[in-house]
Amino acid sequence: MDARMEIQTARKPSAEGFSRRLAEIGKQLKRNIGLYLIIAPAFFYFVIWHFWPLYGIQIAFKDYMPALGITGSPWVGLEHFTRFFRTFFFWDILRNTLGISVYGLIVGIPAPIILALMFNEIRTKRLRSVVQTISYAPHFISVVVAVGILFFFISPTTGVINGIITRFGGSPIDFMANPSHFWHLFVWSGLWQSIGWSSLIYTAAMAGIPPDQYEAAYIDGASRFRRIWHVTLPGIMPTIMILSIMSIGGVMNVGFEKVLLMQTDMNLAKSEVISTYMYKSGIVEAQYSFSAAVGLFNNVVNFILLILFNAIAKRAGQTSLW
Amino acid sequence: MDTIKQTPGEKAFEAVNLTLVLLITIILLYPLLFVILASVSDPRRIYDTFLLVWPQGFNLESYKAIFENGDIWIGYRNTILYTTVGTAINVFMTILGAYPLSRRRFYGKNVFTFLFTFTMFFSGGLIPTYLVNQSLGILNSIWVLVLPGAISVFNLIIMRTYFQTQIPVELEESAFVDGCSDWRLLFKIVLPLSMPIIAVMILFYGVGHWNSYFDSLIYMTDRDKFPLQLFLREILIKNSMQDMLGVAVDEQYSQRMMAREGIKYSIVVASSLPLLILYPLLSKFFEKGILVGAIKG
Repeated sequence: MDARMEIQTARKPSAEGFSRRLAEIGKQLKRNIGLYLIIAPAFFYFVIWHFWPLYGIQIAFKDYMPALGITGSPWVGLEHFTRFFRTFFFWDILRNTLGISVYGLIVGIPAPIILALMFNEIRTKRLRSVVQTISYAPHFISVVVAVGILFFFISPTTGVINGIITRFGGSPIDFMANPSHFWHLFVWSGLWQSIGWSSLIYTAAMAGIPPDQYEAAYIDGASRFRRIWHVTLPGIMPTIMILSIMSIGGVMNVGFEKVLLMQTDMNLAKSEVISTYMYKSGIVEAQYSFSAAVGLFNNVVNFILLILFNAIAKRAGQTSLW
Repeated sequence: MDTIKQTPGEKAFEAVNLTLVLLITIILLYPLLFVILASVSDPRRIYDTFLLVWPQGFNLESYKAIFENGDIWIGYRNTILYTTVGTAINVFMTILGAYPLSRRRFYGKNVFTFLFTFTMFFSGGLIPTYLVNQSLGILNSIWVLVLPGAISVFNLIIMRTYFQTQIPVELEESAFVDGCSDWRLLFKIVLPLSMPIIAVMILFYGVGHWNSYFDSLIYMTDRDKFPLQLFLREILIKNSMQDMLGVAVDEQYSQRMMAREGIKYSIVVASSLPLLILYPLLSKFFEKGILVGAIKG
């Protein structure tokens, strides 16, 4: 312990010269050699499956031919991008991507906060934990099963929802045949799966608020609503900010696995998003370069949005990701 | 707080809140309940009542039908294999990645942290990743399902935070005095103290593997290597789309349709069975995982 402390203090930055510093770094590396060996497999994992693909991004600017390989294929500049921007449905796809996402955020960010606040106001501990446990059960259902269940419920002939509609004198709606329902189906079924689990994070954050803040507010005569507004909400604000930035940062990556499952030829006008288009052109039609260009466009827009929102949050004096 | 006397207004607030929460909980639970009830009902009678709240004409024919379906068995076997191997790799790799990052003395910690978290926000994308897996020659094998997602950065951060906050530094120091290497320290001292978080990781990753379909959809070409979720997709999604488009033609057609409807419900239950059984027991662990994760690291 003492020996290690000495090294720590000796490492203090000094203007002693380059070679001294180099020796210092060497010493540090040697001291941590065991930890480097431990982290090595994880490091190589990231290199192979996360950084090597970055090298492959260049095929977006090339005409990739498997026989020539990534490096050997000829450059074509922005050809794939202009082709993508000029397809007649480009604006439709972009509108669907952003539309579904933003709709999802508007519903998906406040809902779990409200639910968590409601849970938090239940006084019986046991009841609270039971309802909370039930509320996040749908989170663990696979997306295939979730869409399957959605189809059970919206079926025009046998679905529960149409059963209710006809019961009250309406005529059954064929939800899947009419593209205008797609966004609603997608977002609200998504909320069914996510609301309980997301509220759990807020509940955890609420548990961390010191009780004396509530007591002080109570003594000051604050009503139940005032206590929620002035104590609970500010207490979970950092969590709200972090989760919001994270979900805004994923705005271009609409729950794409689910969109793919819910897509039919009939609702394509409202359900085709950038990522499903990328999947079809790349994996199904094997237009690797074009699909990589679509994917890169998606990632870059996403990345810019993330940085932008993080900066806004930072400027507003709130928590930020970095 | 419980001793504080409540005003009538507060009591009303409580009553309204409780009613709303119960209503929401029922709405969230009902779809799952419906499937379970429908799976043990007579398929022809599921839709006789307005809302299914009790099995209609209890029968287990649908379950018999899925037991006779070969695909389901293949899917089940493959999913169990992928989930076990995949989760083992996940947990091992996540521990190796998280432990050094949790040590304050680890020189270069910030560089590694940056490299790892960067991948959360920017990735090569579908096709470049596909090409990497192609050049590694692991397409259509178990490895393409278990290696590319070996570490989830999110879980790595949860694990690092746990190591940081739950393993006392003094423990490490005394072990060093005894001449213990980093490797032995991690496996002999730190990990036995980290069983709660390891359980959480096994659950998070395990559920992920069990439920995933997309990777197999793009990478697996042999039908006998398909996981359960791909067969489910065929039965629940593809067929259902055909049904919605199809028109009933004869008497037997609707009979067949009904039998097939029944199978859909029972297969959902059968595929979610491991989780449905374990869920009440596991929920404590899930919540614990979220709690650790909520402490921002």
